[in-house]
Amino acid sequence: MSARDDILARLGRNLPLCPPLPETPLFDSPASGLKEKFVENLERMGGEFVELPAKRVPGWIREKFPGAAVILSAAPEVAGNRPLESIRDPRELEDVDVGVVRARFGVAETGSVWLSETELKVNALGFLPQHLVVLLEMSRLVPNLHHAYRDSGFHEARYAVLMTGPSATADIEGILVRGAQGIRSLTVVGC
Amino acid sequence: MKRIDHAEASSHFIAAREHVEFHDKRLWDLRQKRDREAAAVPEWEELRSLASQIKEHTLARLPDYLAQFERNATASGMRVHWARDAAEHNQIVHELLSAHGARILVKSKSMLTDECEMRAFLETRGIEIVETDLGERIQQLDGEPPSHIVVPAVHKLRTDVARVFARTLGTDPKNSDVSYLAESQRRHTRPYYVKAEAGMTGANFAVAETGSFVVCTNEGNADLSANLPKLHIASIGIEKMIPRIADLGVFIRLLSRSALGSPITQFTSHFRAPRPGSEIHVVLVDNGRSERLGMHDFWHSLKCIRCGACMNTCPVYRRSGGLSYGATYSGPIGVIIDPAFNLRKYSALPFASTLNGSCSNVCPVKIDIHEQIYKWRQVINQRNQLPIVKKEAMRMAGKVLSSPKLYRAAVKAANAGLEYLPRSMIYNPLNAWGRSRELPKAAGGTFRDWYVRHRGAGK
Repeated sequence: MSARDDILARLGRNLPLCPPLPETPLFDSPASGLKEKFVENLERMGGEFVELPAKRVPGWIREKFPGAAVILSAAPEVAGNRPLESIRDPRELEDVDVGVVRARFGVAETGSVWLSETELKVNALGFLPQHLVVLLEMSRLVPNLHHAYRDSGFHEARYAVLMTGPSATADIEGILVRGAQGIRSLTVVGC
Repeated sequence: MKRIDHAEASSHFIAAREHVEFHDKRLWDLRQKRDREAAAVPEWEELRSLASQIKEHTLARLPDYLAQFERNATASGMRVHWARDAAEHNQIVHELLSAHGARILVKSKSMLTDECEMRAFLETRGIEIVETDLGERIQQLDGEPPSHIVVPAVHKLRTDVARVFARTLGTDPKNSDVSYLAESQRRHTRPYYVKAEAGMTGANFAVAETGSFVVCTNEGNADLSANLPKLHIASIGIEKMIPRIADLGVFIRLLSRSALGSPITQFTSHFRAPRPGSEIHVVLVDNGRSERLGMHDFWHSLKCIRCGACMNTCPVYRRSGGLSYGATYSGPIGVIIDPAFNLRKYSALPFASTLNGSCSNVCPVKIDIHEQIYKWRQVINQRNQLPIVKKEAMRMAGKVLSSPKLYRAAVKAANAGLEYLPRSMIYNPLNAWGRSRELPKAAGGTFRDWYVRHRGAGK
């Protein structure tokens, strides 16, 4: 008997009584103030927020990251200085200083942004650069995670991440350090 | 196999006072943060009920959901493997690594791979394994297992970490600045993501409906481990299954709030299919879980989502440290899981509890932890696994507690003791209870005295 069939048979012999599967509500609350909630939670999680018209974003990036040598952008509004199409292997992103991407939507309850391979083009763009700038249209905010998980993207994307602030750790004495392994900073640009 | 002596092992931890005090404070701080988050979500209790019901339903139909997961994962290009036990799991992982010529494996934290003792198995076969979670890496470099399922090195102080890193990574032994230590690990680890031929993650949830799995981290190390090498292996316990994507709304809202008191982990990542040109292999592991499902009193422990809230709230865990349990899973959840793996070896663990029930109260999936602890004690007694000292103490306690006369005399004597004994007798090095705590003032009289006075005897 294969391990698979063996495990399934053993489980089958040991099943408890089956209670029904409950429906999960959306837990809707008044949909006002989504932006304020999003910004508050993002900042709590160590992310930053600015609001800018899209055409001013490239200039703002140069000001915010004056030392950045390599800027790689998957967002059509921002050019960057290394063409994304030239990337053959995600490991080529090792020296990227600033990554730029546009999120599909954001979650007010947690301050998260939703990114998949469609937005990132190269998944490592969300993690290997030193800093990440995420563009987000403020009309694309959902109130909470129940709404977020109704998005069809979870059924279609090969890979999807709800990203909430930069890479962080509190593994030593509970002291918060930002920039543990991945991005040192996350800035969401409302535009 | 030798019985783990929790009391003896914890005495070593307790001997280093600054460690115990910090450990206690840090974990209680996590508990308080959890309380604040829970209180801010009006539907918190409803979410706990939903999570519990979804898990119970899924476990009771586990063969169907596992088959559905396998079908959907395979259809989207992932490969699914099955392992009856730790040995089969380790073998499968080793074969995958060999087939891909992988010498270096970057991995994010997985309690399951610790449970399977995978690292030792692979290392003796020439694979270099780099734990990428900071806490887990500290423990790996120090040759110790994790002491907590969420914060693996929580029992260490920064000076301990500085010593470990100085010895293994060549950092300045006198510099125990936390940012310096974390930055040193970052610089040491990042090149490995680029060098490694394979990456490994565990999973917090596996979704039958889409054949996808979810990994939650704060460091983004799972995403780096999974998205750079061409081979991604995910080890998943079969109890991690949930039916639908929509169910994740319930569980993700509960998980990090319960664990660390944050609304969500920094990175909540969903893997449904491999990137073009790369592979994802899922190893579904039983290792005793199918047997536990048939244990009427104990199968609810399979609902666990490994948040660690029960550990943070447990007075025994906080003051004895995770390593004293001598098992992969420590604290209240460990106490009810470990005896199912090995009753004799872990027969002392269910006694490492005050049965205060706080663990059950904070559990996001409503596992009846303290009741299971009590039931394990009965099983252990029935199977004659109690050490002789405990048995004798229990026999005496049984005598006293079953005789009203003896009981009243004992209560009086104890109260008188608290009142009249000189401080030096209570707060001396021999009495562990007098160390770092003031004993409460004894009540003016017993309830019985009061009752007799007010209602008269014999009523």
